[in-house]
Amino acid sequence: MTIPPPLGLLAELTHRCPLRCPYCSNPLELARLAAELDTATWLRIFREAAELGVLQLHLSGGEPALRRDLPELIRGAAAAGLYTNLITSAVTLDAARVTALAEAGLDHVQISFQDADPSSADRIGGYAGGHAKKLIAAAAIRVAGLPLTLNAVVHRQNLERLPEMIELALALGARRMEVAHVQYYGWALANRDALLPTRAQLDAATATVDAARARLKGQLTIDYVVPDYHAARPKACMGGWARSVMVIAPSGRALPCHAAESLPGFDFPNARIQSLQDIWTNSEAFNRYRGTAWMTGPCAGCPNAEIDFGGCRCQAFALTGNASNTDPACALSPHHALLADALETATQPHFTYREPGRAPGG
Amino acid sequence: MSLTEASAPRLARGYRLRRDAARDRMVVLGPERVFEADETALAILALIDGERSVAEIIDALAAQYAAPRSEIAGDVLEMLADLAERGVIAP
Repeated sequence: MTIPPPLGLLAELTHRCPLRCPYCSNPLELARLAAELDTATWLRIFREAAELGVLQLHLSGGEPALRRDLPELIRGAAAAGLYTNLITSAVTLDAARVTALAEAGLDHVQISFQDADPSSADRIGGYAGGHAKKLIAAAAIRVAGLPLTLNAVVHRQNLERLPEMIELALALGARRMEVAHVQYYGWALANRDALLPTRAQLDAATATVDAARARLKGQLTIDYVVPDYHAARPKACMGGWARSVMVIAPSGRALPCHAAESLPGFDFPNARIQSLQDIWTNSEAFNRYRGTAWMTGPCAGCPNAEIDFGGCRCQAFALTGNASNTDPACALSPHHALLADALETATQPHFTYREPGRAPGG
Repeated sequence: MSLTEASAPRLARGYRLRRDAARDRMVVLGPERVFEADETALAILALIDGERSVAEIIDALAAQYAAPRSEIAGDVLEMLADLAERGVIAP
């Protein structure tokens, strides 16, 4: 049996970040600078990825622009034939840096925005003046002719301004927008009570997105990620475990999903010492939840098994204590009521910022 | 914004047509997007360069496939309008 190769590689170049968003998707235990892969190793990983069949490289973090070798990494990835997508907070990008990245062969930039209101955005990101810096960077990206996606991470504390965030995307010349409800793992799970949206907020947001999509056809494409907590069926997390994406963490650890380090009992392979081909095909970690053979309970034999692949392993573990369980986002899960309970108690206004050594509740 | 026979479309910034050797196919790559280009799409995309007009693309394909121009025109305009709506080409 041959295993189809991954389409995408998510390279988390660093966990360092000037922002402190309380819903950060990085693990609670952040990698330090000294643990990061060097330039040559990343370039070797990119070449291996292209040979394996990866088409798109997502350069992420932390804040990937904190890597001084970013233009060199982009040049190497482009030379390997990869489509390069920079996922950035943009607060450290000035016009000179943007020009250097464009000249290196960067294909696309995605900037995260924390809100449309500057003071709220700076409060959520935990970085004074950050919003204004993003606006400057977005203008430089437009001047450089690089295509831009605006990524709006939405939750209870900013959802009311979703219409303004869509206007912001238009004003900045973005051709694409991601309206991404927070996914509650890691830091976001620890801050869940402060972030979960109400049902009324979610319905208003969905209506706003539907109307904007119709109005802005051909002008702005909007991708919409809904929160599991109001869902009846789980999403196919990562498109299915080890099915289309490989993640490389700053230290070189290879993961089937960026939150997978939260799962116990795994020995994740490291791309420093093992080839991507070997990791993808042969490692126990990538094979453990690949496909449907591992499924039990309501997933086994479910007609949706090949559609949602049982949802998210990390969410199953975080909420039920067993990563092999059906994702409780599924209404067929015996643990589904946990989500409704969480919605009821989500009234806390205060969150904990994401900072090294400051894991919430720890 | 609308696409006519006088338009000279090109792939939008951020989109690339390339060979996917591992899967033996041609693909259009864009932001968070991978489209497999089938034979028809490929024939059209190969002629899109920002200079050739849609009318010229239709003429070329009608000659290439020895098919009635009106039939080809319908297919080409429909596919290009769809690609423009999805932001893959700039009219």
